Amino acid sequence: MQDTYSLLREFADSWALLALTLIFLGVIGWAFRPGSRPLHDDAAMTPFRNDAATVPVARAPSGPAAPRIAGCANACPDCTCAKTLEALK
Amino acid sequence: MQYFRLTAYALVAIFAAVAADWGRDLAYSVHAVLIMLIAGGLFLWELRSVDDPPPLADQGSYMDGPIRAGVIATAFWGLAGFLVGTFIAFQLAFPVLNFDWSEGYANFGRLRPLHTSAVIFAFGGNALIATSFYVVQRTSAARLWGGNTAWFVFWGYQLFIVLAATGYLLGSTQSKEYAEPEWYVDIWLTIVWVAYLAVFLGTIIKRRERHIYVANWFFLAFIVTVAMLHVVNNLSIPVSIWGSKSVQVFAGVQDAMVQWWYGHNAVGFFLTAGFLGMMYYFVPKQAGRPIYSYKLSIIHFWALIFLYIWAGPHHLHYTALPDWASTLGMVFSIILWMPSWGGMINGLMTLEGAWDKIRTDPIIRMFVASLAFYGMSTFEGPMMSIRAVNSLSHYTDWTIGHVHSGALGWNGLITFACIYFLTPKLWGRKQMHSMAAINLHFWLATIGIVFYAASMWVTGIMEGLMWREVDANGFLVNSFADTVAAKFPMYLVRGLGGVLYLTGALVMVWNMWMTIRQPQATPVTTTVPAE
Repeated sequence: MQDTYSLLREFADSWALLALTLIFLGVIGWAFRPGSRPLHDDAAMTPFRNDAATVPVARAPSGPAAPRIAGCANACPDCTCAKTLEALK
Repeated sequence: MQYFRLTAYALVAIFAAVAADWGRDLAYSVHAVLIMLIAGGLFLWELRSVDDPPPLADQGSYMDGPIRAGVIATAFWGLAGFLVGTFIAFQLAFPVLNFDWSEGYANFGRLRPLHTSAVIFAFGGNALIATSFYVVQRTSAARLWGGNTAWFVFWGYQLFIVLAATGYLLGSTQSKEYAEPEWYVDIWLTIVWVAYLAVFLGTIIKRRERHIYVANWFFLAFIVTVAMLHVVNNLSIPVSIWGSKSVQVFAGVQDAMVQWWYGHNAVGFFLTAGFLGMMYYFVPKQAGRPIYSYKLSIIHFWALIFLYIWAGPHHLHYTALPDWASTLGMVFSIILWMPSWGGMINGLMTLEGAWDKIRTDPIIRMFVASLAFYGMSTFEGPMMSIRAVNSLSHYTDWTIGHVHSGALGWNGLITFACIYFLTPKLWGRKQMHSMAAINLHFWLATIGIVFYAASMWVTGIMEGLMWREVDANGFLVNSFADTVAAKFPMYLVRGLGGVLYLTGALVMVWNMWMTIRQPQATPVTTTVPAE
């Protein structure tokens, strides 16, 4: 019968070490999974959306392909984005 | 609900009144009086508004009130902390500044924890709470969860700061570095911190963006880990409910290990992960371009989280701690160098294609300088954690220099830059009152840090070498007093660095004042027609 310290110590530098290492490698690998690039590009643009003083009303369509209309629905009378969106069409 | 609150305030006020009378030490009694006055004031305030209809919060806007208060509190506590720091720097150079009349209250030993807690927890903590509330709302497209809980977090945290600061001056401390407050202050901070976690997590849960932006990962890791560290390191049993003294649950080397597990991760998660959350939002924002590599930011996050938590034992080289533990801490500290520099590169490379902004935009220059200091201190730290280097550097001023290049350079500069970003945004101004003043602040702060860090390197290495110098017969050459005398010129330079840094902060406060006070309307100048 081993004492608690030795038991925990043995567990820590075997199974726990292995599990943590695998989880670590797993999350790093997950970042590189195929198809992650457009999601990451989309996420990286988050700070540039929803920056007006008001909380966006509508759920902004998420996903890289959808045109991003950040809640305001471009309804402000002096909206400059509306023209750009119009030009893109 | 109002009647419940009234009853609670009344009970707290009565209990505090009893505690003030029965208190076994001065700090405890003073704190009890303080709590009694606050609870009594809240009781009256609640009573006067008892029949008012509950105010309707504007759900359609972001909750920026606590953030505005937080920005002001950051600047206020920053000034207080820098002032005390500069004063104690001169106390070390001129011991006569430990005045006879304030002996026992304002000597170095009492003021030093006041300085460290004021800059780390009051200045840094308020900056973290304010920026995290700002960032989580904008990147989640949602108003802060929990209504006025955010205000409770703000005011509760200020109360924690006041209790901690007055406690130090009156001699209430459990003598754990960066965790000095006694048991009841610790319990209060735990309550506030859980509320903070609830507000932050609640906002993330009701977010309208699909992805949780990486800055929020860092903020969340900071909040959760600090909660865990704080609770474990402060496990203690009060001697009496009517006194501030408590006894630690751990003893000996276990206590030392828990303390530095806490201490180093306070650096890792409070001063690094939290401030990286600021970096990942405000640097792209100010530069006007997305983060250089989002994948790198994910790797940065997980590597930092997995590695930092093990680095603490490097504070305990050559102690009763087993060698394997301190070696483990050292190895993890060295590996940590890589993700740290990955994060620095990610921040700096965000400016790719916009490098001219370093020249034209003083706020970007502050961000870049702060990242440069982050890179420098995350190289210096791993190096100092190596056992052989540590045998020279430990217990010397080199450590203090290292801490300050990180704290003044990385944490200080990034906080100033965020304040310059937030102040015009939160008060509806186009930009700060004076861009030239930001530039002046940048140079005052940077030169101040250089004076500080350089003088501490010189004096620290000199001190380390003098302590280990032996003559041909193996006797030590220098007495401790010899090293103290030799350090005097460097202490003056360090004090000068502090004065410059403090002056920069004063310039910032003036600039903030002018920006916030700025009248909405600009004067119209009409030229008088000639003849």
